[in-house]
Amino acid sequence: MNEPLVELKNVSFKYDAETGFALHNVSFNILKGEWLAIVGHNGSGKSTLAKLLNGLHFPLEGSITVGGIPLTEETVWETRKKIGMVFQNPDNQFVGTTVQDDVAFGLENHGIERNDMVQRVAQSLEKVKMAQFLNQEPHHLSGGQKQRVAIAGVIALRPNIIILDESTSMLDPRGREEVLETVRELKQDYHMTVISITHDLEEAAKADRILVMNRGQLYREGTPEEIFQMDEELVKLGLDIPFPVKLSKILREKGLPLSRHYLSEEELVEELWTSHSKM
Amino acid sequence: MDISLQNVEYRYQVNTPFERLAIKNVSIDIPAGTFLAIIGHTGSGKSTVLQHLNALLKPTDGQVVIGERLITSQKKQKNLKEIRQRVGIVFQFPEHQLFEETVEKDICFGPMNFGVSEEEAKKRARAAIRQVGLPEEILHKSPFDLSGGQMRRVAIAGVLAMEPDVIVLDEPTAGLDPRGRKEIMDMFYSLHGTRGLSTVLVTHSMEDASRYSDQIVIMHNGEVYRKGTPKEIFSSPEGLLKLGLDVPEVVRFQLKMENSLNIRFSKTCLTMDELTDEIAAAMKRGAPK
Ligand SMILES: Nc1ncnc2c1ncn2[C@@H]1O[C@H](COP(=O)(O)OP(=O)(O)OP(=O)(O)O)[C@@H](O)[C@H]1O
Ligand SMILES: Nc1ncnc2c1ncn2[C@@H]1O[C@H](COP(=O)(O)OP(=O)(O)OP(=O)(O)O)[C@@H](O)[C@H]1O
Ligand SMILES: [Mg+2]
Ligand SMILES: [Mg+2]
Repeated sequence: MNEPLVELKNVSFKYDAETGFALHNVSFNILKGEWLAIVGHNGSGKSTLAKLLNGLHFPLEGSITVGGIPLTEETVWETRKKIGMVFQNPDNQFVGTTVQDDVAFGLENHGIERNDMVQRVAQSLEKVKMAQFLNQEPHHLSGGQKQRVAIAGVIALRPNIIILDESTSMLDPRGREEVLETVRELKQDYHMTVISITHDLEEAAKADRILVMNRGQLYREGTPEEIFQMDEELVKLGLDIPFPVKLSKILREKGLPLSRHYLSEEELVEELWTSHSKM
Repeated sequence: MDISLQNVEYRYQVNTPFERLAIKNVSIDIPAGTFLAIIGHTGSGKSTVLQHLNALLKPTDGQVVIGERLITSQKKQKNLKEIRQRVGIVFQFPEHQLFEETVEKDICFGPMNFGVSEEEAKKRARAAIRQVGLPEEILHKSPFDLSGGQMRRVAIAGVLAMEPDVIVLDEPTAGLDPRGRKEIMDMFYSLHGTRGLSTVLVTHSMEDASRYSDQIVIMHNGEVYRKGTPKEIFSSPEGLLKLGLDVPEVVRFQLKMENSLNIRFSKTCLTMDELTDEIAAAMKRGAPK
């Protein structure tokens, strides 16, 4: 998993010449097969980063390579076949007049053969629990239903790299967990790499690695353990401390003998169980 | 201003092959000053309910009373301006409510449309943009050249500048960064208190529903499944979990701990303070011998 699949070197970007940098001197690698979470305050440059990876914009300075190939206006069409992106606002993404046409459209574009296509459309809509809405117009769905369809459209393509830009922000917590579990399974089955831009710190805590963006710059990268040790610094960056960490902290302040700050509720309960049974 | 939904039914695209029954039999009372949270699954009818609160949708059956006004399917509605002024909605997708060339014009549109002078509207825009945690420079940008969370904040500022009596929020924190989420909800809560507003909040955050609301309505398959105070709703979490809904993280942790350690806390904890006190007490007592 240590092979870099995507490399960003000193990438800077401005939306127009007069305004400041939306991204400033950003360098990092994305490793093959990893689940990478990108977090950061509103306006910190996360979606801009996603748009650059998808070749919707090009760096003003610096370079991006995907699978060893520099991403330029010449290579962008090839690269887009490898990258499937779910946009922050699903309405921007729909092209079909029905839910099933919308999912089929992307497959058609990728030259998927008809039988395979029909099967993939059915399967991916089933997976996101939207099989009952095949003939509804995508724009006439509820917020969460739109997000599910947008995700189906991308998982049907089975791209090498999936970029999710807050694509589960309008799902209820259980629904969100189910959809992410589906993506995890597909990632496993098809050896995909997932980049998930999210404000949900519980989700980020389950990633292999986290990047923290701040004012257009890469502020820090590390494992969830490393990142969530930042504690109050996270709040300064517009983020927050995950619930189990917060809870561990208060319990320690109350004099409970916890050995560390836990990232998962299960681990914390386990330690409480151990010390409880010893008392 | 009191609002009341009485046996409301709504069908989308009536008399077409796409007709869809979205909500039925929905009765909800929102007396002035209430903080109401509406929770429920994707597609359960929450946004459809909200759009009845300012007569954006007219019930296909049943009736809605908004202040002095009665909204039914038969009645032709004239002059809904006053309702739109007094009931401000922040939509689920901020893009659906932004349309002007600049953020400032966008925020000023509502108040000016309701007769506020340009000067006063601009003053309100500056105040509102600060309330949502954005710098004043953003007033001169196009609302479409913003990040997702910035757009959300601008949409919220637009409704604040109208100074409505009833604020209706459809997942207002989706897309906000974690700190912004807390700051904006605290801001709504303090407005609610100081201005004596009614607030209706659709949310997937059980923490927010429990922390801020007086009343919770659970929607399920287009119907009201349950109503109650946060204490009532979250004290019997089994029902919620059976519906596939979640409970606030403190309640969830309490359940995990009770099951794992085979103990019972003295009450359902809804705040971090209550939870940590109960845990500390349970640990002190130790395991039953
Ligand atoms: N189309 C655009 N034109 C001009 N400026 C833009 C445009 N889109 C974004 N920006 C600006 O670029 C900066 C980075 O925006 P970006 O959308 O990448 O943020 P983000 O991290 O995705 O934020 P959010 O969490 O709110 O979605 C912000 O200051 C934003 O105002
Ligand atoms: N414009 C429309 N035309 C037809 N059907 C619609 C339309 N808008 C919503 N619906 C349907 O009505 C039902 C209720 O939708 P609504 O938007 O009220 O759900 P919601 O509870 O707000 O869901 P979410 O949490 O996903 O936003 C859904 O099944 C949806 O597909
Ligand atoms: Mg974004
Ligand atoms: Mg909705």
